[in-house]
Amino acid sequence: MTTDNPPVATRRRRRGVDRTPWGTYALLAVFMVIFLFPVYYLFVGSFESPSQTLDGLRAAIPSSLTLANYHSLSQTFFSSTITGSLRGFYTVSTLVSALVVAGGLIVNSLAGYALARMQFRGRRFLLLLVIVLVIIPFEAIAVPLYYMLNGLRNTLIVQALPFVGSAFSIYLFYTFFLNLPPQLEEAARIDGAGPWRTFVQIILPNAKPAFASVAILSFIQIWSSYLWPLMMTSQPNVYPLSIAIGNLIKQQSTPNYGEMFAFGVLLVVPMAVFFVVFQRWFIRSVASLGVKG
Amino acid sequence: MGLTMLIPGIVLIIVFMLIPFFFSIWLSMHVEIVGSTVPVRSVGWMFYRHLFSDPIFRGIFLKSLENNGIFALVVVPVQTGLAMFLAILVNRHGAFVKFCRTTFFLPVVFPMVLTSLIWKAILAPGPQGMLNAFLHAVTFGHFAPQYWLGNIHLALPSIMLLSIWQGTGFQMVIFLAGLQGIPHTHYEAALIDGAKKWHLFRDVTLPGLRNTTIFVVMVTTIFSLRVFDQIYLLTQGGPINATSSVMYLAVSQAYVANNVGQGAAISVVLCFVILLMSLIQRQVLRERVD
Repeated sequence: MTTDNPPVATRRRRRGVDRTPWGTYALLAVFMVIFLFPVYYLFVGSFESPSQTLDGLRAAIPSSLTLANYHSLSQTFFSSTITGSLRGFYTVSTLVSALVVAGGLIVNSLAGYALARMQFRGRRFLLLLVIVLVIIPFEAIAVPLYYMLNGLRNTLIVQALPFVGSAFSIYLFYTFFLNLPPQLEEAARIDGAGPWRTFVQIILPNAKPAFASVAILSFIQIWSSYLWPLMMTSQPNVYPLSIAIGNLIKQQSTPNYGEMFAFGVLLVVPMAVFFVVFQRWFIRSVASLGVKG
Repeated sequence: MGLTMLIPGIVLIIVFMLIPFFFSIWLSMHVEIVGSTVPVRSVGWMFYRHLFSDPIFRGIFLKSLENNGIFALVVVPVQTGLAMFLAILVNRHGAFVKFCRTTFFLPVVFPMVLTSLIWKAILAPGPQGMLNAFLHAVTFGHFAPQYWLGNIHLALPSIMLLSIWQGTGFQMVIFLAGLQGIPHTHYEAALIDGAKKWHLFRDVTLPGLRNTTIFVVMVTTIFSLRVFDQIYLLTQGGPINATSSVMYLAVSQAYVANNVGQGAAISVVLCFVILLMSLIQRQVLRERVD
């Protein structure tokens, strides 16, 4: 990994060759406005009355703000058993994400470690299998999975199950462990530690970056997932947040954008907080993807 | 025994990835109804023949394939180019630059459901819609409001627009890592040779980003082939199939129309297209090494 190096531009600037021209700042500013505007609109719109949210350019600069959308959301969604409750959607999304991220970290790191460090028959075949499965996107196997797991419809477990074991995560762990110096484990082996103890005591403390990357990437994926819960849930008590919002988007003939925006803010806030706190790790985990190839 | 470490992960990917992959081939050759006791009936290649020769279905399938193709032809170069451009812009220090980097990456953590919601409001029809109002203002009233998601010519470009907004930051970060992997001695050597800025880009940056670019192009192409959420949420494939995609068709066949075999046949075609493209990518990457 080379991402820890300072950017090229700095080194050149230090030599007095390169200076950031104002044109670059101007371009950056333009793109920043384009990229930030939808986010800004979401947050501002969630504090506007229904007539304000969809009111041409005036919606971007509201004359007054209100908490009415959040208030009505809480009224509709905290208690209702027919439409499901907001607390329920949050609980489902959180439990499913926790199961996928935590379970995935355990099983995929173990498999990646065994593939990287152990010699056994069929190792090359399994490695090839993992690489081929990395290529196949979930969407392409969604239909047969839907048929296979139909008996588990409307359960929490079925929303998480297909995503716990992940060829992609196994591959990321595998490449990481491959690059760890083998001397780390030799000392442990001399002390007579078995592979499990070696893994827990020696490997885990040295693999924090890999665990962080996999955790973040799988969290983004599972928290955002829509197609699978769409096929697997038809009862509001097992809807994750994404399905609840999706239904709101599709059902309303005269959309109340203010209320939908408020709901959207509630969906993105956990992710946004997580992102702001762990921003370095987010960017590093995505950056590490390109290095393979 | 250390090999027990391997078992949970491998068993899970075999059961939930490999078996469904083969099972979809079986499903695509049988008629079956989800949750019913009607016996499964073998129909051979019927569902595949439907795709290419059924007078009604063929039109929808080819239209969806064409939409995926147009989506890829536009989104892949635009998103890759924009991501590379932004990566070069933010590959420097400073508080403002850092803030911009965060801004460009932010949509990546936005679920597609949420992206669809925001853009549904931005693309709302009539003069009240944000985009319509903006274009009306900057053209001093010369722009007539459009029904972005309801117009047969504008619906697909609108879907592309919001997809690019959501996805560019991801590619930008991958390019940023690629840029930082180019040894600065390469730039210095070129500077000593008296290279101009444009030459630096053409002779050092671009070759240095070769493998990163191939990777990004592949990822974006596969993404273009599996696009589903935003179409299901915003247009349901309409108007008149103008935004229907292969995945949308597969899901609406299997899940909405309860025609699992047809949906599976489409999934199998999709799988093979994706595997074929990955093989091509491997081949292109290998040429460089030799």
